[in-house]
Amino acid sequence: MIEKRPMVSWFSHAVLLLGIAMVAFPIWITFVGASHDAIRMTQAPLPLLPGDQFFVNLKAVFVQGVGNAKEQSVGLMMFNSLVMAMMIAVGKITISLLSAYAIVYFRFPFRMLFFWMIFITLMLPVEVRILPTFEVVANLGMLNNYWGLTVPLIASATATFMFRQVFLTVPDELLEAARIDGAGPMRFFWDILLPISRTNIAALFVILFIYGWNQYLWPLLITTDKSMYTIVMGIKQMLEAAEEAPEWHLIMMTTLLAMIPPVMVVVGMQKLFIKGLTETEK
Amino acid sequence: MKKHLTKTLFSIAMATAFTVGCAGNSLATTDIQWWHAMGGVNGERVNKIANDFNASQKEYKIVPVYKGNYTETMTAAIASFRAKKHPHIVQVFEVGTATMMAAKGAVYPVEEMMNDAGLKLDKSAFLPAVISYYQTSDGELLSMPFNSSTPVMWYNKDAFAKAGIKEVPKTWPEVYEASKKLVAAGYKGGFSFGWQSWVMLENFGAWHNIEVGSKENGFAGLDTEFTFNNAAVKKVMADVAKGQKEHLFLYGGRRGDSLPMFINEEVGMWLNSSAYYGGIKKQAKFEFGQAMLPYYPELIDKPQNSIIGGATLWVLKGHEKGDYKGVAEFMNYLASPEVQAWWHQETGYVPITTAAYELSKKQGFYEKNPGTDTAIQQLSLNTPTPNSKGVRFGNFVQVRDIINEEMEAIWNGSKTASDAMDDAVKRGNKLLRKFEKANK
Amino acid sequence: MLKRTHFKPSALPYLLVAPQIIITVVFFIWPASQAVYQSLLLEDPFGLRTEFIWFENYVELFTDSIYFSTFLRTIVFSSLVAFLSLFIALILAAMADHVVRGTTVYRTLLIWPYAVAPVVAGTIWMFIFDPTLGIVSYLLHFVGYDWNHRLNGGQAMALIVLAATWKQISYNFLFFLAGMQSIPKSLIEAAAIDGAGPARRFWTIIFPLISPTTFFLMVMNIVYAFFETFGIVHAVTKGGPAKSTEILVYKVFNDGFIGLDLGGSAAQSVILMILVIALTIIQFKYIERKVEY
Repeated sequence: MIEKRPMVSWFSHAVLLLGIAMVAFPIWITFVGASHDAIRMTQAPLPLLPGDQFFVNLKAVFVQGVGNAKEQSVGLMMFNSLVMAMMIAVGKITISLLSAYAIVYFRFPFRMLFFWMIFITLMLPVEVRILPTFEVVANLGMLNNYWGLTVPLIASATATFMFRQVFLTVPDELLEAARIDGAGPMRFFWDILLPISRTNIAALFVILFIYGWNQYLWPLLITTDKSMYTIVMGIKQMLEAAEEAPEWHLIMMTTLLAMIPPVMVVVGMQKLFIKGLTETEK
Repeated sequence: MKKHLTKTLFSIAMATAFTVGCAGNSLATTDIQWWHAMGGVNGERVNKIANDFNASQKEYKIVPVYKGNYTETMTAAIASFRAKKHPHIVQVFEVGTATMMAAKGAVYPVEEMMNDAGLKLDKSAFLPAVISYYQTSDGELLSMPFNSSTPVMWYNKDAFAKAGIKEVPKTWPEVYEASKKLVAAGYKGGFSFGWQSWVMLENFGAWHNIEVGSKENGFAGLDTEFTFNNAAVKKVMADVAKGQKEHLFLYGGRRGDSLPMFINEEVGMWLNSSAYYGGIKKQAKFEFGQAMLPYYPELIDKPQNSIIGGATLWVLKGHEKGDYKGVAEFMNYLASPEVQAWWHQETGYVPITTAAYELSKKQGFYEKNPGTDTAIQQLSLNTPTPNSKGVRFGNFVQVRDIINEEMEAIWNGSKTASDAMDDAVKRGNKLLRKFEKANK
Repeated sequence: MLKRTHFKPSALPYLLVAPQIIITVVFFIWPASQAVYQSLLLEDPFGLRTEFIWFENYVELFTDSIYFSTFLRTIVFSSLVAFLSLFIALILAAMADHVVRGTTVYRTLLIWPYAVAPVVAGTIWMFIFDPTLGIVSYLLHFVGYDWNHRLNGGQAMALIVLAATWKQISYNFLFFLAGMQSIPKSLIEAAAIDGAGPARRFWTIIFPLISPTTFFLMVMNIVYAFFETFGIVHAVTKGGPAKSTEILVYKVFNDGFIGLDLGGSAAQSVILMILVIALTIIQFKYIERKVEY
């Protein structure tokens, strides 16, 4: 048994509380900002305590809408973000599972070529190749729809890489046993590999959902139709009102709303998330 | 051809993977895409203009699309042009003028388009200071002025009364005097400004009839060179830097970032666009006014005229011929005195035609809102000279960034005004040469 | 690399990799090769006039002292962000590992900034530190410190480091905590019986044992600071004042997307790509070795 030193314990709690305060402070300010009116938010110093306009602002962003000309519905933008995040997460996980499976379990010509083709895309963000990518998407007629919003962002190898690591740790005996039972490759994939990778899939889902939800430069470039705008992009646009001061109270309210779904995903899935990540360290 | 081949190849490859649903266009009207950068309340006004036009006839439908701030809108339009998915009309800010002008294969000059559509464009109806910025050297109008503004000096009347300032400063020495009084009266600073390259350099030049670059500020040729590292510009910069030491000047960032300083009465004077009228009126808890920009009496006896900023509407080539008839009609509608007067009175942008100005006068707008005609008076103070027509330099978006950086280096004390302006000219000229080479 | 036991050759693996390969080729390799080609061109933004200029764009970059200082700045920024977020996360994880009760609660309260978009994080921090309106700058003013990140480059850098670190602490914390909790309790107890205090136990047992996690996190954090902080810089400082917060990714974006210097920007993209590929290979080699054990 490890000895108990109350002093050390108190100290630990104190440090943790300090850490939480530091992490939470910006969110508190966001909440406070969302609860005051427009004029109050242009007068220094800004408040530290919440005001009484929270529900007024909430209603304002939901009923009147936000962004340019107040005609974008927050609900619709959040829905678009949700579709985008889900499509990216599900799409990427699907194609990555398949390709990782092929690369780990099959020997075939050009295997290594494919392997490297996939892996050089590992970490390069879309921002640095955005204009040529835009041209491709435009030529394929994918502007202003969910395909254009999501498919180009699926082209990255993080997920393939992770599943490859997972599959490599799967004992070879499993495949041998499956073969003896007469299971074909797809059968083996569905019945054995997929269940084994469950936690990893969950962990990846969290990462990719957040990745998709948080995109903004890409949606900004490829959407011209208001019905396709996403929420993070909406926030950025609210900040850019030409020759006018930003409407901080509405921006903060929208920010708060935009944070809720990804935070729910992370917090709700934290156990699986941690387990899935740390098992393969990726 | 190469592009076409790859396009086809990819289309085949992709078509199997996903079917892209394209809503069939069954409407009888022709859609005309108008990409703009007007956020917030001004975005609502843009929509109103489009809706009113759409209601006035049945053939065409203007579809306004907000594409982010000025640079984002311009880049989006260019990227979409390269992919042949561009809008008919795009709003481009004044710094992008040279880039648009050089793109001869992409741009359909407004005047030519109006003539082709059989609609006469009466250029004499426009304010000279507004359209001179967007004309070629032979006088052809390239783009339709839409939202134009000019820098003015905003001041806090209450603060002036408290600090005992009786006369609104007209010259720079008076601005510093007033600033001293403001600081003595307990204000954090005297004055601040935004869009600093536009206000303190480009407009400073026009206002004092000094060139910013050779070849008529770039109007007369791509082989222009920057010359703003002259004694006058260096002096105004050095004076501001000196004033900053005594808090007479406070720096609050680029663009309109320093607006809160004025709203929160940290400074009593703010040099920035006249288009902030709406925002200031909504937020300021004090009496405010606008006055003409200050000048240096030792450089010029009477100021010349200021130059505009803001944006114009450019028409892009590559659509059906019939579409442009609609674009032309819309431009005609846009320039009508009623629309212009309404836009001007609502936004604080200057009216682009004399008729709109006269109409606003007749409606008693300036009596009800004293000071709102400062901008237009300042713009039309004198007939523009080659130094005050405007500026037209290639890669000017980047050059403005350089000027901003070098000016910031002065304000934070890492460079002297003289060194910073010399460096800015050197770096800027490099970009001018690159532009010249790319557009030969 | 490949399972010792694997399936017989057939068409199946091609079908399996096909979706990923098609998407990678169409949306990554093709645009990336376009970028490489573009980096050898001098072009007007509309693509109406093009001139092949070989490596002039690269020569221009490498002879430009501004590019060099952007490089240095990026390294300083990334190291600061990586170090600070690792350090703070390590302390918090050690504390959370130490307390017997409430670990889950603490974890829940600490992990969610991970979910906040960089742009949003940047927006909030900018708001808090706004020189005129911001609450922190107001408080700083009271203790006699003048905060103006729009003028003072050091303060601007501090602000983006702060925002970037804030966002990354949760991620690091999660990994550290999981790493620490997977250390067998018996090891720690044995050390405790030998009379080692909590601090000593941490440095002699826990810290060495989690070093693989630390290394992995270091790579991830550097990559994060290099690329994913784009949104923060874009929202908070836009690279200013006077370039003092312009990092490499932002410069690529700014020169290409804002400045419309397509060739120069493409050349920078290519350099970044090479950098990323190198980083990927390093990390890959490392993980490969680890899995082999």
